[in-house]
Amino acid sequence: MTITQDGARSSVDHSSEKRGMNLTLRVWRQNGPTAKGKMVTYKVTDISPDMSFLEMLDVLNEQLIMEGDDPVAFDHDCREGICGMCGVMINGQAHGPQQTTTCQLHMRSFKDGDTIDIEPWRASPFPVIKDLAVDRRAFDRIIQAGGYISVPTGTAPEAHSILVPKKDSDAAFDAATCIGCGACVAACPNASSMLFTAAKVTHLGLMPQGQPERNDRVVNMVAQQDREGFGGCTNIGECSAACPKGISMETISRLNHDLLGALRAGARPKS
Amino acid sequence: MFRVVTVTDQVQRRTPKQAKTSSVFKKIVMAVSGILMLLFLIAHMIGNLHVFQGAQSFNHYSEWLRTVGEPALPPRTLLTVIEIGLVVSVVAHMWAAISLWRQAKRARPQSYVTKKSVAQSYASRTMRWGGVIIALFIVYHILDLTFGVANPDGTDSTPYDRLVASFQNPAATIVYVVALILLGMHLRHGIWSATQTLGQSNRRRERTVNAFAIAFATLLIAGYLVVPAAVVFGLVD
Repeated sequence: MTITQDGARSSVDHSSEKRGMNLTLRVWRQNGPTAKGKMVTYKVTDISPDMSFLEMLDVLNEQLIMEGDDPVAFDHDCREGICGMCGVMINGQAHGPQQTTTCQLHMRSFKDGDTIDIEPWRASPFPVIKDLAVDRRAFDRIIQAGGYISVPTGTAPEAHSILVPKKDSDAAFDAATCIGCGACVAACPNASSMLFTAAKVTHLGLMPQGQPERNDRVVNMVAQQDREGFGGCTNIGECSAACPKGISMETISRLNHDLLGALRAGARPKS
Repeated sequence: MFRVVTVTDQVQRRTPKQAKTSSVFKKIVMAVSGILMLLFLIAHMIGNLHVFQGAQSFNHYSEWLRTVGEPALPPRTLLTVIEIGLVVSVVAHMWAAISLWRQAKRARPQSYVTKKSVAQSYASRTMRWGGVIIALFIVYHILDLTFGVANPDGTDSTPYDRLVASFQNPAATIVYVVALILLGMHLRHGIWSATQTLGQSNRRRERTVNAFAIAFATLLIAGYLVVPAAVVFGLVD
């Protein structure tokens, strides 16, 4: 077998391709956590519709660096929609007009000549580090308050030794797809972290391994999200509509159900 | 060359004012007090329909509410129990709402330059200010129809006369209709939200709960609005 050089791709006739888009970006620039921020307008040209939103921001940053300007700070890591690092408000919607992560949003969702507003997640528990990058460690502290199961580590046990009904494992898995990106908080009119916490409570609460700590988990995680300064849930549904993983409002009802049961059983949050 | 960007690890954080009571507990208080008030609204709506049986029946019903159980019970026993229940519910409902409102404000001190809502219903958007307007309306409503001080027929009139006099005034009727429509929207989101808060919703029930909330709110408010409609169209005078 011979491996041919990929010459075919470069021989494609580009003249028939649609020309790239010219866009006006209004980007939130903020020098540091305590600095005052403002929207700054930039132009980018010849943006391919096949670029991801982050690649478009890379183009902007290269342009800014060449001009001797400070590049726009934004968070990102895997760029394949599974790590939860990226996320900005795009035209007033968390992760933009498609229900996906910012890295998986493509520029074909926009038209030539569009103006795009780009802002960081806004919530006091998510302070801006710089520009579009926010500190989401409040989520880590909610997880530390109860989003785990205590098991001895060692060799992985036989998977079939504890049976889990298919219905439960499916629902638990749906909730476990939460990547902790923070879009729920960003989209919520109350800046509530309820969907995030509810996804964790649902995911662990449906599994047999999650039962021993189930009551303490829910009271401590709810207490921690209040302590962090998130708002309260008013069941509006903006969170679920913005969630790149489509975590449902059902998880919130389940959290409330678990919390009521836990309080009745006498569980109280650790102070 | 270009500058190196330093990202500070220790972000200066303003310690958030700690919520003393769990936000979910406040929601439970809001749901339970809301359900109590909803039960009252059903009874009140059915009671109002006595107006279609004529002045005597309506006034008699009003009198009955004040004397039920006599002489075994002192006068106004039933009304006093209802009044205490309602005052406690209203205060609890408002306490929970105001403290969650403040918590939400603290959670997002800087608002977005651009924010688009995709899932928010008009009903859920108007819960807070709608609630304030409904509370103000209730004050006026009691002064108008219970005490009569804000009524064209004054304090010496029968309940039936006060009702007819109030709805023959176009301004009072418009206020009533607007407030009741706001109340209907408040209930539409409230019923759904209470179901969630009390942990009784799930993916399968979600549509049913929402459909029930809309149907229930519409029917209840229609039950209230037939009364001013009857006065305006001369069926009741």
